[in-house]
Amino acid sequence: MRIKRGFMDGIPIGLGYLSVSFAFGIMAVNNGLTWWEATLISMTNLTSAGQFAGVGIMVSGGSLIEMAVTELIINLRYALMSISLSQKVDSKFTSLYRWLLATGNTDEIFAVSMSYEKEVSRSYFLGLMIAPYIGWSLGTLLGALFGEAVPASVGKAFGIAIYGMFIAIIAPKAKREKSVLSVSMLAILLSCLFYYIPALKNISSGFSIIVCAVCAALFGAFVFPIREAETESDEKESGVA
Amino acid sequence: MNTALFQGNSYWAYLLVMVGVTYLIRAVPFVLVRKKVTNVYVRSFLAYIPYSVLAAMTFPAIIYSTNYLLSAVIGLIVACTMAFFDKGLVKVALGATITVIIVELIMKMIL
Repeated sequence: MRIKRGFMDGIPIGLGYLSVSFAFGIMAVNNGLTWWEATLISMTNLTSAGQFAGVGIMVSGGSLIEMAVTELIINLRYALMSISLSQKVDSKFTSLYRWLLATGNTDEIFAVSMSYEKEVSRSYFLGLMIAPYIGWSLGTLLGALFGEAVPASVGKAFGIAIYGMFIAIIAPKAKREKSVLSVSMLAILLSCLFYYIPALKNISSGFSIIVCAVCAALFGAFVFPIREAETESDEKESGVA
Repeated sequence: MNTALFQGNSYWAYLLVMVGVTYLIRAVPFVLVRKKVTNVYVRSFLAYIPYSVLAAMTFPAIIYSTNYLLSAVIGLIVACTMAFFDKGLVKVALGATITVIIVELIMKMIL
């Protein structure tokens, strides 16, 4: 059953989300939100970077426009991911279901969907979303309620969890495909340039991520275009993260 | 229930904007792009996007994600090693986190 397979594939993501959202819960409460305000943010947004930034704006009293623009920039990559995902879904995944399930298109859920060996059905995607959604919401709740019991330094140590997840998604594929390895390395190089070079430093991280990702992916597309025959053999090899 | 009032904007107003923007960014392109892209270059581009996005998000941010540069770097090495050996999402994330906690504990004891 596809929904069950989706659910199983989503469990690792859900567990990973528990730690990251726990950190978010702590941070939100430390900044003055109530436990349910923090949890509601997680239950409605399902995104780490955007939520951390959003709370920052709330607390510093930024305008609603500032909130809108910041969220737009930080989350811009999801637009590209949604387009990518649209290529991978089957014909029954029609508009209604896309409206309903779009929120589930998080970084990790997207990456796992893209490495699924078949076309992504709406039931698979729904199944895939369940554990992450629970993990993200529950983790926030626990962090908000019990975060005080956790020493601040331990909370900050959890900061690496989400990056660990990202690495777990990239590495296996990069190991097998020189193309993915090259694209990833280039993205990393560009990202570091944006971070450290004085002229580029002030560009917000949301924009920088998009520029680096687009350039690296363009490089991949032209230098290592994926021909149909190759795609089939890689799909058989790679399976799900 | 009193919600926090941040400098005149209510929590609900902020939440609505956050959710609205995040949701629409995901939903609108997803709903609008119906057809399969046939061009091999565009298709390849879209296929590489997940990896380039995650890579750009991770570096260099990962080394600043913890309390100390050193613990983050060691955590990074552990994460890469575990991921290289296909350990899976949870193990890698937890492995990196636990490594960081341990390294920072040791650092606190030494320094």
